[in-house]
Amino acid sequence: MATEAHGGAGQAAGMPQLDFSTWPNQIFWLLVTLVVIYLILSRVALPRIGAVLADRKSTITNDLAAAEELKQKAVAAEKAYNEALANARAEAAKIIAQAKAEIQKDLDAATARADAEIAAKTAESEKTIAAIRDGAAAAVAEVARDTAAELVAALGGTADARTVSEAVAARLKG
Amino acid sequence: MATEEHGGGLQIHPMDQFIVKPLFGDGPIEWYTPTNVTLWMAIAILAMTALLVLSTRRRAIVPSRGQSVAELFYGFIHKMVEDVAGHEGLKFFPYIMTLFMFVFLSNILGLIPMSFTTTSHIAVTAVLALLVFLTVTLVGFYRKGIGFLAMFWVSSAPLVLRPILAVIELISYFVRPLSHSIRLGGNLMAGHAVIKVFAGFAGAMGIASVVPIAAIVAIYGLELLVASVQAYVFTILTCVYLRDAVGDAHH
Repeated sequence: MATEAHGGAGQAAGMPQLDFSTWPNQIFWLLVTLVVIYLILSRVALPRIGAVLADRKSTITNDLAAAEELKQKAVAAEKAYNEALANARAEAAKIIAQAKAEIQKDLDAATARADAEIAAKTAESEKTIAAIRDGAAAAVAEVARDTAAELVAALGGTADARTVSEAVAARLKG
Repeated sequence: MATEEHGGGLQIHPMDQFIVKPLFGDGPIEWYTPTNVTLWMAIAILAMTALLVLSTRRRAIVPSRGQSVAELFYGFIHKMVEDVAGHEGLKFFPYIMTLFMFVFLSNILGLIPMSFTTTSHIAVTAVLALLVFLTVTLVGFYRKGIGFLAMFWVSSAPLVLRPILAVIELISYFVRPLSHSIRLGGNLMAGHAVIKVFAGFAGAMGIASVVPIAAIVAIYGLELLVASVQAYVFTILTCVYLRDAVGDAHH
């Protein structure tokens, strides 16, 4: 090394740290360096990093608060939803009951009308049947009378109509 | 630094790495001469700027890797000052950060082979320690007036012991800058010198130099630790001393 000899013969061989001829130089440059570092740190680096950290902290705090608020909102929304659901269910049940009642009413009315119609039709039919039966009985009596008159005539008797009809009526009753 | 060859057998100059040389030419070293001290301090400034200023220029809420490192340094020292020196000590945070960044980066940069370790020089560490000593003393007297001297009068000790303790406290107070500076400079110098000695062996031992090279690797790892720990120790001691000046002294 070229500089080994410099700075006093005895000291370079020992510890360069104790070569006091270099001290002013080192101290000067050290002070310059410290001042430069201090200025950079205190003017630029530290305020910037401090601001970033503070920013982050407030952002996190805000986000947490917002999250808490959203959570509350979600809970409230869920509650409202459940309420609405329950209301809707009750409403639906009411509507169903109403509809059922209406249908029942209609049904009852229709049943009653149908019953009445059926009753009317039955009565009419019965009347018709009775008329037919009466007609048939009258026809039988007439046929019986005619047949009896014919029989009497065929057997050679003379029968007046009144007697014959009385006899037939008596027999029909019998 | 580590792998330098030495001509002529086992001629090891472990202390040559600490020689202060002019950067240009070979003249005498005046106080203003740009030397390797200047160079490596300038590199430390550049490294500090890259680490703490360039990496944070985006001011991201979600930090990049570089910004995370910068925030790590900031948070580490900020917490240390607050915890050790107390809340009042935070006024001195930029000052302590300056000391820490300078010592830490100088220590780490000094581990680059062929580099120059500014903090291995007593001149440098003594100035750093004296700055701390003067700051603490001046701030102490400024803030507490004559009451600052109460820290030498141990009120919790029996009355008979107090004068003796006062002498001891006084001596220890004035020894602080000495221990503060020599601890840092001595650690750095010794480690680097040891690496250089082993490197000298490696140059002279031929094939068997695997052994000293392995030793260099191991010591280098240790030196990385020492570089960080000494920066940490220097800074935390500064905080401890500062608490005497700004905090409620409880001795």
